[in-house]
Amino acid sequence: MINLTLNGLPVEVEPGTTLLEAATFLGFPIPTLCHMEGLSPYGACRLCVVEIGEGPRAKLVSSCTYRAEQGLKVRTSSARVVRARRMVIELLLASCPQSKTIQDLASAHGVRQQRFRQEHEDCIMCGRCVRMCEEQMMAKAIGFQGRGEHRRIGTPFDKRSEVCRLCGGCISVCPACQLRCTYSDPDKVICGGCANLAPPCLEKPGFDDLMCYMKPCVACEISK
Amino acid sequence: MSGVGQIVDRHLGERGELITILEEIQAKYSYLPEEALRVVSERTGRSLTDIYGVATFYKWFSLKPRGRHLLTCCLGTACHVRGAPRIADELSRQLGVRAGETTPDGEFTLETQNCLGGCALGPIVVADGHYFSNVATSAIPRILERTKEGLDRVDARTDERVFPVEVSCARCNHSLMDPGSQLEGQPAIRVTISFGQHHGWLLLSSLYGSYTIEAQHEIPFDEVANFFCPHCHAELRGASDCAMCGAPMVPMIVRGGGVVQICARRGCRAHMLDLNGSVS
Repeated sequence: MINLTLNGLPVEVEPGTTLLEAATFLGFPIPTLCHMEGLSPYGACRLCVVEIGEGPRAKLVSSCTYRAEQGLKVRTSSARVVRARRMVIELLLASCPQSKTIQDLASAHGVRQQRFRQEHEDCIMCGRCVRMCEEQMMAKAIGFQGRGEHRRIGTPFDKRSEVCRLCGGCISVCPACQLRCTYSDPDKVICGGCANLAPPCLEKPGFDDLMCYMKPCVACEISK
Repeated sequence: MSGVGQIVDRHLGERGELITILEEIQAKYSYLPEEALRVVSERTGRSLTDIYGVATFYKWFSLKPRGRHLLTCCLGTACHVRGAPRIADELSRQLGVRAGETTPDGEFTLETQNCLGGCALGPIVVADGHYFSNVATSAIPRILERTKEGLDRVDARTDERVFPVEVSCARCNHSLMDPGSQLEGQPAIRVTISFGQHHGWLLLSSLYGSYTIEAQHEIPFDEVANFFCPHCHAELRGASDCAMCGAPMVPMIVRGGGVVQICARRGCRAHMLDLNGSVS
């Protein structure tokens, strides 16, 4: 077992536990965005930053990727952590203001404005869909392409991928494009337009192996 | 696309194989064709998504066919403050294409890069691997002209990187120099080669760094030939393989001491001069 101090409280965790898992288990909530249970830790959104160490050597690390260490001193909501989180949220708002998830985060953390040039991206590069496709759907149909500001998510050669089963897993985990995909969760509904479609592929051959996440299956509808 | 399969098989299992494979495919076809990437995916067992991600990550890789000559204009910070954007604009005006495009006649592809590593020499234009430093807009027509003529052609009289070497057979120590045949103003190296059904003489320029050859039979690109001494008929074959393509290296003794080795593959430019070495 590993002993560490979490917000001044001495705690014991299993070796290999990440700081995020430890803090969540012990009741210190840490906001997350790119993290998702069942997917490998990724550390892309930086929302889960915590402060480790003490004094001038204290530093911010992403708790979803940082494993617990013996004697580590962790603070999950120090002033520095809160400032960093607000900045992250502000930057996310600047690139993706239409996302319900990000709006909720902003509201929960008291971010009332964003001071950067407003963009209207439809992706925050959190990599959830890429990991979902690879790790849960075993398809690897989508992935990151390009580099720097040209980085984006897509299929090879921007063609319909042969390994994609149109399961919709990528859409269902996306925190940015929820206009399309949260109809089953009434609290998050924004437009609800998609709720009027009925799932058409139940009768189709191969549905049992499809592992379809799309409710309703808009992609099947479109491809008909 | 059978060539792609060979390239993949040659590197399979190496560390960092994917980039080597993609580089070789690009060297062969000038770009990465979609079918080639599919073959790579099939043979290496990597997903096409990953391969496509690597191919789009590096600026060196191109998914569109490139022209015969590649012009790269550096737009890194150092070159930028020294006026690289003007150079890039002028190049694109004179060629009539934007960055990333190929001229309609297939001669030039113009690309920009974010740093080519020669910051003290900026602005830099790289044409077919040859660096032009401190480029001014007035120098561009000359660069285009020289690139079109072929920058790989070495001018033996003015280029200091080239010097003649005299070599002899590693087995019988008989000189391989042929004063009767001149290549680039120097006596040529004469050896016998065989490949496929062909057997005949081959003249190599004796200038180190020059790739000029003359052969009795046209050697197809990528063909690995066996080299023989024309005097003792022993095969010239070294213990080591080419570091770039894996073909055998051909050793020859340099007069005055040392060994020069050249790659036996047509089109591979690997060579090595070791003035202290001996044939193992």
